[in-house]
Amino acid sequence: MRLLIENARIIDPSQQMDQVSNLYISRGRILAISDTDPEGFTADQVIDGTGKWILPGLVDLHARLAEPGSRYEGNIASETKAAVSGGITTICSPPDTNPVNDTQAVTELIQRRARQAATAFVLPIGAITQGLEGKMLSNMAALKNAGCIALSQASQPIQNPLTLKNAMAYAASNEILLMLRCEDNELKNNGVVHSGVISSRLGLAEIPTSAETTALARDLILAEETGARVHFSQISTARSVEMIADAKKRGMPVTCDVAIHQLHLTEYDVMDFDSLFHVTPPLRTHEDKEALRLGVKMGIIDAIVSDHTPLDRDVKLLPFGESEPGISGLETLLPLTLKLVEESVLDLNTAISALTQRPADILGIHNGSLIEGHYADFSLFNPETPWLLNRSEMVSQGDNSPFQGWEFTGQIETTYFQGRPVYRNNQV
Amino acid sequence: MRLSTPNLQLNEQGKLRHFLTLEGLKQHHLTEILDVAESFINPLTGDISKVPSLHGKTIMNLFFEPSTRTLTTFEIAEKRLSADVVNLNIETSSTKKGETLLDTLWNLEAMLVDMFVVRHSESGAAHFIAKHVAPHVHVVNAGDGQHAHPTQAMLDMFTIRKHKGDIFDLKVAIIGDIQHSRVVRSQIQALSILEAREIRVIGPKTLMPSHPEALGVHVYDHIEEGLDGVDVIINVRLQSERMKSALLPSEKEFFNLYGLTKERLSYAKPDAIVMHPGPVNRGVEIDSEVADGHQSVILEQVTYGIAVRMAVMSIIIDNAKQLNTEKQIPKKVTEEARS
Repeated sequence: MRLLIENARIIDPSQQMDQVSNLYISRGRILAISDTDPEGFTADQVIDGTGKWILPGLVDLHARLAEPGSRYEGNIASETKAAVSGGITTICSPPDTNPVNDTQAVTELIQRRARQAATAFVLPIGAITQGLEGKMLSNMAALKNAGCIALSQASQPIQNPLTLKNAMAYAASNEILLMLRCEDNELKNNGVVHSGVISSRLGLAEIPTSAETTALARDLILAEETGARVHFSQISTARSVEMIADAKKRGMPVTCDVAIHQLHLTEYDVMDFDSLFHVTPPLRTHEDKEALRLGVKMGIIDAIVSDHTPLDRDVKLLPFGESEPGISGLETLLPLTLKLVEESVLDLNTAISALTQRPADILGIHNGSLIEGHYADFSLFNPETPWLLNRSEMVSQGDNSPFQGWEFTGQIETTYFQGRPVYRNNQV
Repeated sequence: MRLSTPNLQLNEQGKLRHFLTLEGLKQHHLTEILDVAESFINPLTGDISKVPSLHGKTIMNLFFEPSTRTLTTFEIAEKRLSADVVNLNIETSSTKKGETLLDTLWNLEAMLVDMFVVRHSESGAAHFIAKHVAPHVHVVNAGDGQHAHPTQAMLDMFTIRKHKGDIFDLKVAIIGDIQHSRVVRSQIQALSILEAREIRVIGPKTLMPSHPEALGVHVYDHIEEGLDGVDVIINVRLQSERMKSALLPSEKEFFNLYGLTKERLSYAKPDAIVMHPGPVNRGVEIDSEVADGHQSVILEQVTYGIAVRMAVMSIIIDNAKQLNTEKQIPKKVTEEARS
């Protein structure tokens, strides 16, 4: 199957490319980006890309695909469909599955299901500790060899500093990337919202900034001491941005990401106890949001992630503190990131880069790029189409999005995975 | 970021439909409650007589958290309004068997309930219930987590008004555990809506919310300074859990630093009144000499509680009746016009 998309604006930060040209695809791979046909190329299908964008398939460092297990809604087939409908073709799936991904068997199960679904590239993240309990190390090297792209603790950070230090040292000797979310359980103290103006008014249990920053400080020091390669997941405070900037300045090989909802929402959104806004880490202050936005703009924050957590309606239909935290985010990762471009917070190249090249670099993979010879993972995007998010039309099995009713400009028309269309927008 | 949210507890005429919190209410909502409460009390005897206002209405007291005093005063208030009353102690009931809060609620709603009086350990639980009940069902918050206890705060306002007349221009000091108290949050809101001149909170930082300025209060670390020149002193019960979670060293130290003694009381205005939502920990928050002294109004608060709760419930049912009659008038007119 040879495909030609003519006259589209091709945006690929991995090649510093933003130009109107033709994209040639052959046998599921990028053949060329060129204004003239490569020698001997005859297209089986020609698509007019005039006025459209071609974006590399996005790389999401943190999205729960809900399989195996019933803790989350959906499964690998349904959630990879949701991913490609949002332009995401490479997904790292955290180990908080049921059973936990702490053995080769679970890793292989995830890989097998992803191959069967054949909708997107799924990279399992293994558990650092057995059962994510934070006590005994899992067979870290075996998980890596089975194909885990990195190891993490998902939302259950290791509390014991000695265990963490050992995990880091062991990861360092086996060249394993660790993805850590920083949170001190004692300081979190069963909190559900940011410790601020709204918690003071509503009497909801508070999570102070220090629950994240003290753990981050500890993790940075241990990473430096052990030489582990650490990526910090879903930072949420202004202070965290500063601390990571400092660490980078010192030459430490650390990277970090932020969940897209943290770049748009604040503690004020919790004002009427709406459990759709219940997330971990919690929505912070306006100042935190601004600092996180600036962090992405300045490149201190490397990647933007969905932190996709598809949930059943029942676990959100509870009083705020009893509801499950999490947002179904795959379908809003790109639209909300482009909103930041619309608001002149980010330039387009920085925005797309934080969704493609930079997360791919963190993982050491070549996805998220349109370089010749790579798999043809990309989407055709119409930058003019206005649309409204309607929860009932979401592709994900979890419709727990707080962005109901938000207006967006620009929509994905088709997403290709390895040269095959895996998503087509029905409205087109 | 959303700056304002439609007030769930008001109907389309801006009148009370539910009573969940004082936040977002106007001065007239509060004065109406106080005035109606006043009308229930016999000015000569101080008694509260039975009225037929809620005859034929069913009120369910839905207590997910144990309570004796609040439940009892609500029950008496409901019976004085001639309502049919059902008490349900959910703590030992279905939610323990895995039924969700909403399932329980919808089941109870099917039993033709007109009003739920709800107490729950989660902040926002009353809002949650109000969001999900049928349109004709009303919700009164009898305390949700650390968020609000609006009827308690209103009876405190009633008590203050009885003694001090207008609340406008008063200086009020609240001593003790501000952070964990739903009563205090509601008191502060009521006082600011009624335009008290100054609201002070006194206590150590471990018992203060992280952002007290968000509540519009001034924080005092030292009691003498905080009590200086105030008209009203409100004492808050100190729960023993606070010692266990290392927020305070001991009851004794708390009393030494913040206990209301006769000597400290002298910093307030000579005619200042002393209040306490009860139950009182003598020798912890307050000295017996003060609790039983002539400036204390602690026992009065209990009787006023019945009148205030009667007022809240009857206003809500009246508002609903008004809304229904007004809705029916245009319908009649159009029918007549057609015939």
